[in-house]
Amino acid sequence: MRRFFYTYMRTEIFLANCNQLNDMREFVRQAASDAGLDAKQIYAVQLATDEACSNIIEHAYEGRGNEQIEITCNVQDDGLIIILHDHGKTFDLDAVGEPNLTANLSNRQLGGLGVYMIRRLMDEIHFESSPESGNILTMIKRKSKGDKE
Amino acid sequence: MEITTKQYKRCDLVTVKGRVDSATAPQLSDAFDAIVHGGHYKIAVDLGGLDYMSSAGLRALLAVQKLCKRYNHGEVVLAAVPVRIHEAMDLAGFLPLFKTFDDGTAAVGYF
Repeated sequence: MRRFFYTYMRTEIFLANCNQLNDMREFVRQAASDAGLDAKQIYAVQLATDEACSNIIEHAYEGRGNEQIEITCNVQDDGLIIILHDHGKTFDLDAVGEPNLTANLSNRQLGGLGVYMIRRLMDEIHFESSPESGNILTMIKRKSKGDKE
Repeated sequence: MEITTKQYKRCDLVTVKGRVDSATAPQLSDAFDAIVHGGHYKIAVDLGGLDYMSSAGLRALLAVQKLCKRYNHGEVVLAAVPVRIHEAMDLAGFLPLFKTFDDGTAAVGYF
């Protein structure tokens, strides 16, 4: 039985607050499912979005409760593109160091873990930051080759 | 998210259900704080009912593991880790930091 996928672009604006993370995850979960991603990929998309939005809330907006995050889901034939847009503090993603994942327990620190996870969970990420446009994070997850029912 | 704690002879069993993210992780940390505040440092955490966990949850687990192991000759072990969460822990390099068991009974039995 052939499954038909459709393409669309949908944008929603969320309050930049941790109690909105569940709604943000649900928004991308639906898009990931519509894009034909499998269960593992759908979870990865939710997790990456959560990590990115948590960072925006905590770092870009420094925990202020009244800001917004704009999330765009672009469902395509070959997968999903997610774009997160915030107007918080400009940021240099490349400057975030990798956490040391081989450190023993006492030396294990968690700085940079969220960014590291995003890079590993998604197939491709792009980041632009400017005072005029704000911060724009693009994350791409591609469908696996072959039919996934 | 729902957290229940049960005291056994040699350890405490914390059962977590639902979703752990930046919003709910503080409650998890509070539950761990209550246990160590009571002088207990051997903790089994049953994650079987967990649908989702972000790095906020990993941080809470790491913090309590450090406290229990390094300073108090204790340990935090995990039980029934769901497959997606296990994969994420692997990605984050967390698997070497926690012993894992198939279920809560086995985890409690370890102590």
